[in-house]
Amino acid sequence: MSETITFTIDGVEVKGKAGQTIMQAADGAGIYIPRLCYLEGCEPFASCRVCTVIVNGRPQAACTQPIAPGIVVENNTPEVTQIRKDIIEMMFVEGNHFCPVCDKSGNCELQAIAYRLGILVPKFPYLFPVRELDASHPYIFIDQNRCILCGRCVQASRDIDGKHVFDFVGRGPEKKIRVNAAARLADTDLDITDKACDVCPVGAILKKGVGYAVPIGQRLYDKQPIGSDIEANANK
Amino acid sequence: MAKNLKQIIENICARYQNDRTRMMDIVRAVQEQFGGVSPEAIDLIAQSTDAHRVEVESVVSFYAFLSQKPKGKVIIRLCNDVVDQMKGVQAVARAFSEELGIGFGETTPDSWYTLEWAPCIGMCDQAPAALINDVMVTNLTTDKAKEIVRALKLNPNPPILSTRYGLGDGNNANALVQSMVQNNVKKTGEVLLCDVPADAGLRKAIQKTPEEVIAEVEASKLRGRGGAGFPTGLKWKFTRGSKGPEKFILCNADEGEPGTFKDRVLLTERAHLVFEGMTIGGYAIGATTGILYLRGEYAYLRPFLEDILQKRRAANLLGNNILGKDGFHFDIRIQMGAGAYICGEETSLISSCEGLRGDPKNRPPFPPQQGYLRKPTSVNNVETFAAVARILDKGAAWFAAIGSGKSTGTKLLSISGDCKNPGVYEYPFGVQVRTLLQDVGAENTQALLIGGPSGQFIGAESFDKTICYDDLATGGAIVIFNKDRNMIKIAQEYMEFFVEESCGYCTPCRVGNVLIDKCLQKILAGQGEPSDIEYLQNLGNTVKKGSRCGLGQTSPNPALTTIKNFRAVYDAVLKPAQDGMQPTFDLKAAVSDAEALAGRHSVIH
Amino acid sequence: MEKPKIATASLAGCFGCHMSLLDIDDRILKLIELVQFDKSPVDDIKNFTGRCAIGLIEGGCCNEENVHVLKEFRKHCDILVSVGECAIMGGLPALRNGIPLKECLETGYIHGTGVYNPSGKIPNSEDIPLLLNKVYPCHEIVKIDYFLPGCPPPADTIWEACVALLTNKPLDLPYELVKYD
Repeated sequence: MSETITFTIDGVEVKGKAGQTIMQAADGAGIYIPRLCYLEGCEPFASCRVCTVIVNGRPQAACTQPIAPGIVVENNTPEVTQIRKDIIEMMFVEGNHFCPVCDKSGNCELQAIAYRLGILVPKFPYLFPVRELDASHPYIFIDQNRCILCGRCVQASRDIDGKHVFDFVGRGPEKKIRVNAAARLADTDLDITDKACDVCPVGAILKKGVGYAVPIGQRLYDKQPIGSDIEANANK
Repeated sequence: MAKNLKQIIENICARYQNDRTRMMDIVRAVQEQFGGVSPEAIDLIAQSTDAHRVEVESVVSFYAFLSQKPKGKVIIRLCNDVVDQMKGVQAVARAFSEELGIGFGETTPDSWYTLEWAPCIGMCDQAPAALINDVMVTNLTTDKAKEIVRALKLNPNPPILSTRYGLGDGNNANALVQSMVQNNVKKTGEVLLCDVPADAGLRKAIQKTPEEVIAEVEASKLRGRGGAGFPTGLKWKFTRGSKGPEKFILCNADEGEPGTFKDRVLLTERAHLVFEGMTIGGYAIGATTGILYLRGEYAYLRPFLEDILQKRRAANLLGNNILGKDGFHFDIRIQMGAGAYICGEETSLISSCEGLRGDPKNRPPFPPQQGYLRKPTSVNNVETFAAVARILDKGAAWFAAIGSGKSTGTKLLSISGDCKNPGVYEYPFGVQVRTLLQDVGAENTQALLIGGPSGQFIGAESFDKTICYDDLATGGAIVIFNKDRNMIKIAQEYMEFFVEESCGYCTPCRVGNVLIDKCLQKILAGQGEPSDIEYLQNLGNTVKKGSRCGLGQTSPNPALTTIKNFRAVYDAVLKPAQDGMQPTFDLKAAVSDAEALAGRHSVIH
Repeated sequence: MEKPKIATASLAGCFGCHMSLLDIDDRILKLIELVQFDKSPVDDIKNFTGRCAIGLIEGGCCNEENVHVLKEFRKHCDILVSVGECAIMGGLPALRNGIPLKECLETGYIHGTGVYNPSGKIPNSEDIPLLLNKVYPCHEIVKIDYFLPGCPPPADTIWEACVALLTNKPLDLPYELVKYD
């Protein structure tokens, strides 16, 4: 039996096990903390910052911050929500997110968190960057317009698939995903069965030939907000 | 040729044992040899180091001094820091551009010269300045720029420039430095910029147990000199207490905060003291390896520093059983950076030392628990190490008696901008801003930037405040602005710096800084509205609270602290939009392309 | 009391949002009881006849005429609503935003697959409004008061919004009604 640690999230008492992060303990308690870069089975990447919470007055990423006895965590407060909305809106203006023509729409985690937070329009100006699309691979394409630089594909390919198909190049606003080849995705050893093909939270890495498989109204987030599955754990 | 490339790259990789954690050294060497790290070279490096090509590309693409496209044999990097702008760098830039016949970011058709902008290169007290390959050229004028290009065209060997304009003072004239850089030490103090006995601190340290050394440092109340101010003794205690047979001492000599240059002077004049401090640190935490991470811009100091390390090895101040102390082994290597401000952040610095992109790491674990190569590591500032050496010599009580309250000892300040005597000043903590302004000969002062752009802008109402951790904390960069300066423009230029230097890992910093910069540009264009203040404050709050490391946690400060302390400057230019129109939309500009294509004018503007 | 007026326009849009407005089915009769339509393709009134309570804008701005119409709406309407993705973020027309205008026109009228244009010229007449360098979201040109996302926004969203705005009630759309596609 590992040691039980008691703390609060928005005033609600939560019990977790020593060594857990705030996000893990919250999940167990049925409290949803929004996240985009977090990938089950990999080390927390902590790039998206959507899971930012305030711990004893200090902002922390819930995916990396370990729980400790008596900590006071703010998750669903106006300030934290504002930070999250801003971050999500930043992602929308940073890339080119044309939801009406994206196969991922309805199953997209970025979109779903925006829905959950009630975002109608970003308050920031659209940057309309010029980005690349690589459709060279027979089964997979990458549309950088939709990439939010979360790092899931990088981690999945490296840590789960044991390859290294993706990595980041450039820095700052120029940072982007690159493939492990001189030019094209087709020249990498990416297989359609790779985990890396399944983890993109948005529509940046998609499988060809399966678009719009589920009708509108029946998609993942059409009726139920993202995080509903976690919240169903409450009081269990 | 291809075979030659392969052979040379294999040799370079072999020089670093084909060790991918030495990737920085490898790619720097390839860059130096070929003027770039070509896609072909990336493949070869990947093969030799058993890395994936995209990993190598990832590193090459991160650092400003590395490139895939070959650059000229002579690279002129003109510093475009705010202070250089104030000192007329734009005219100098035009002179370089005209004389070379190329624009910035371009290479001459004969592949000889590349002209680039560089952020602060640590020469604000002798701005405008440029880096020509590894050679610093300072106090530039338009004539000097033209003359430099002409001289290089006759003999494209940048080191000739140093002697041409006269060598600098002190060790800048040393045969291994040979630089025109001036120390500009304007005020000496009783801790660092005074006569210091050689290795007296180290000799006394090894008479004590490591725990006693740490206790001495703790008793001195020494706090980190890089800016964050973490108690040094405590950091060492944590590092020593962490489990693991191998530990590391890292010296952060990546001073990149715009306006700072005091570590450059310490490394030039007190290098022994810095290495002595690192050695004491190694003894205290139980490390056998120290790494000095030297910013790429200071490469001109490297031969000099390597020579000092060699001398210290010869004198048994480094190596095995140092000074006869049985079992005390310690040595230091120099890790060169390659143009990335973020690497001054301690976990980014560690990433860079490991041969990776300079991305910061997640915390926890903190470096004292898991740092370089995931081993317990203490990263300390150049000035901190120098102070440690003095503390061990003169005692904690001596040190703690200097300064004010919880801020003990002295602080080196790099002061530049609108003042008569820019340079390095050593003050005991607690010095009043007013005193400092007097000493540097600043008149008509509107604002001071305390701690560089990641710090804060203060105005006249704060001139009675003091430099110390509890009042005006600073890593040492102080820039002065007189009443003719446009504080919004200054803030915007610093935001541009953060946009360039963000690593891009986390969303708030990568995108937020761009948005803050955009809003300030809009205000400067006369399109600002009163609501922009709240917009900037909220956005700044999100970037500060959401960002993953110190860069983003402080980068909104130029906007936020000018809004806080120079609100009237903003209020004077912000006006409500007319008739519900967006002032940023410019129909004329928006139809200009179509007008040109159609050969007719818009009928509605 | 005179009924409040409502105006609508489709700028760089596909009229899908207007179709969705008509999709409120028989509630359109209720709407007619509540409001009077002013400038709108629904009744084909070309010019504003007076001050309007609400303006509904479909589509972003891709040319100078769109800008002109949008500014007219801002001048004449108390509340201006961006209806649909195109008005909100440019939508499909904004897919051209990364492509230089010259290339867009040449592809559209000269080199594009399936283009038959023996003259080899890009249409150019004073009657054709000049294109903007990119497609702009409406709120980057004038101030917009409300946003109804969707492609198109569901009829229920438009209905709920109109009723709330006309009756001065807060607009609080349920989860199912806020979608970007």
